[in-house]
Amino acid sequence: MRSQLRSLWEVLKHTFVKPDTVEYPEEKPALFPRYRGRIILTRDPDGEERCVACNLCAVACPVDCIALQKTEDKNGRWYPEFFRINFSRCILCGFCEEACPTNAIQLTPDFEMCEYDRQNMVYEKQHLLIDGTGKYHDYNFYRVAGMTILDKDKGQAENEASPIDVKTLLP
Amino acid sequence: MNTGIGDASDIIGILVSVIITAALLIWVERRLLAVWQDRLGPNRVGPMGLMQVVADMIKMFFKEDWIPPFSDKLVFVLAPTIVFITMLTGFAVIPFAPGVGIIDFNFGLLYFLALSSLSVYSIVLAGYASNNKYSLLGGLRAAAQTVSYEVFMGISIMGVVMLSGTFNLREIVEAQRDGWFIIPQFFGFIIFLIAVIAESRRGPLDLPEAEQELVGGFHTEYSGMKFGMFFVGEYVAITLSSAIIVTLFFGGWLGPSWLPPLVWFCLKTAVGIVFFILLRGALPRPRYDQLMTFGWKVLLPAGLLNLLVTGAVVLSLHGT
Repeated sequence: MRSQLRSLWEVLKHTFVKPDTVEYPEEKPALFPRYRGRIILTRDPDGEERCVACNLCAVACPVDCIALQKTEDKNGRWYPEFFRINFSRCILCGFCEEACPTNAIQLTPDFEMCEYDRQNMVYEKQHLLIDGTGKYHDYNFYRVAGMTILDKDKGQAENEASPIDVKTLLP
Repeated sequence: MNTGIGDASDIIGILVSVIITAALLIWVERRLLAVWQDRLGPNRVGPMGLMQVVADMIKMFFKEDWIPPFSDKLVFVLAPTIVFITMLTGFAVIPFAPGVGIIDFNFGLLYFLALSSLSVYSIVLAGYASNNKYSLLGGLRAAAQTVSYEVFMGISIMGVVMLSGTFNLREIVEAQRDGWFIIPQFFGFIIFLIAVIAESRRGPLDLPEAEQELVGGFHTEYSGMKFGMFFVGEYVAITLSSAIIVTLFFGGWLGPSWLPPLVWFCLKTAVGIVFFILLRGALPRPRYDQLMTFGWKVLLPAGLLNLLVTGAVVLSLHGT
């Protein structure tokens, strides 16, 4: 009996507690940089596309909403010929971001993506690609990877030693 | 004393205001529960969300009015009207203020008890006619609940009748000029309160409905306006219960003269309604065997004891 009265009183006290509700359209909720919203493609610090069209994001995607085709430029850099995300399928799980070896694909704290026409939910590369580096400012795949491109041979990347010449006996 | 009671304006005014109150309670309850759960509740449709009532009603009217093919069709259609009609006609005897009311009836209290008891048929028949296991369980619980609370409900208010010496609700209110009956009849009030909660199938004692266990209990199969009847009937039942509690224990329309009697009555009833909603928001539901045990083994003896002591005191004070 006492506990019943006590719970009545405790509930009644909540009359004077401020509601936790955030009235959304008028008051935007505070979202953190790592919030999983609309997907973007970022560029490296030199302004080149980060995406190397490895297809890992498309493989990781549980709803198969990413489609892309690999091609090469004249320097030997890989990049996607087209890169298409169907946001009407995307579940914003962030697996693509986790799978991406070059930090190219990233999720942003923007989730307001309503469209009247469903076809407008399909984003092409020019819609996805931004000019900045997104959440990771220093990473540049071709500077640290051992892959040969026209202006950088093997062993010339940062923190990389020249390849061992297996034809010589000198240590 | 019969002046002005039962005018056409009284009847229409009371009917309209009761129905409007019941409809508004849809909104009031949702807002209040939200406040106590640190939420906001419906606040978008119209000023402060008041038009939510209209939106809900429009939705209910235009919903498909489906009668399950496996049900007992006539009873299925009749059942929801019973709770609504019995609760609404219960307002006939409520003394709103001197000169405001529908009838001045010498056995008003018995009339209220009879009508409120009839409303259980609505639940039992709905549960039976739905021909559905959950509904039947709900109806069964309603019957079990009725046999446990109905007995001490009558007994608990006999103390009030003894003190005032009448079944006429107006005279009961008049008898409280020297002090509300909540003080001499505190235990009677507690028992009666539990009984009316069980009777309006609300709050912690909504066993026949028991959404978490029985889907919707007796109204699982109901939709559209037939469900709306149960829904509004429940709110009319709360209003009626608060009004009768105010009449019996809180001095009805009596109050300091800086407000008219009708306002006092409505204010007290509103507080009662808010308390009903608070009960629903705060207390958990007992098992139905617990409710029956509590009713028969605790509240019935307590009610009888209360009756005995009140009778002894009245006898010793007034003699024979």
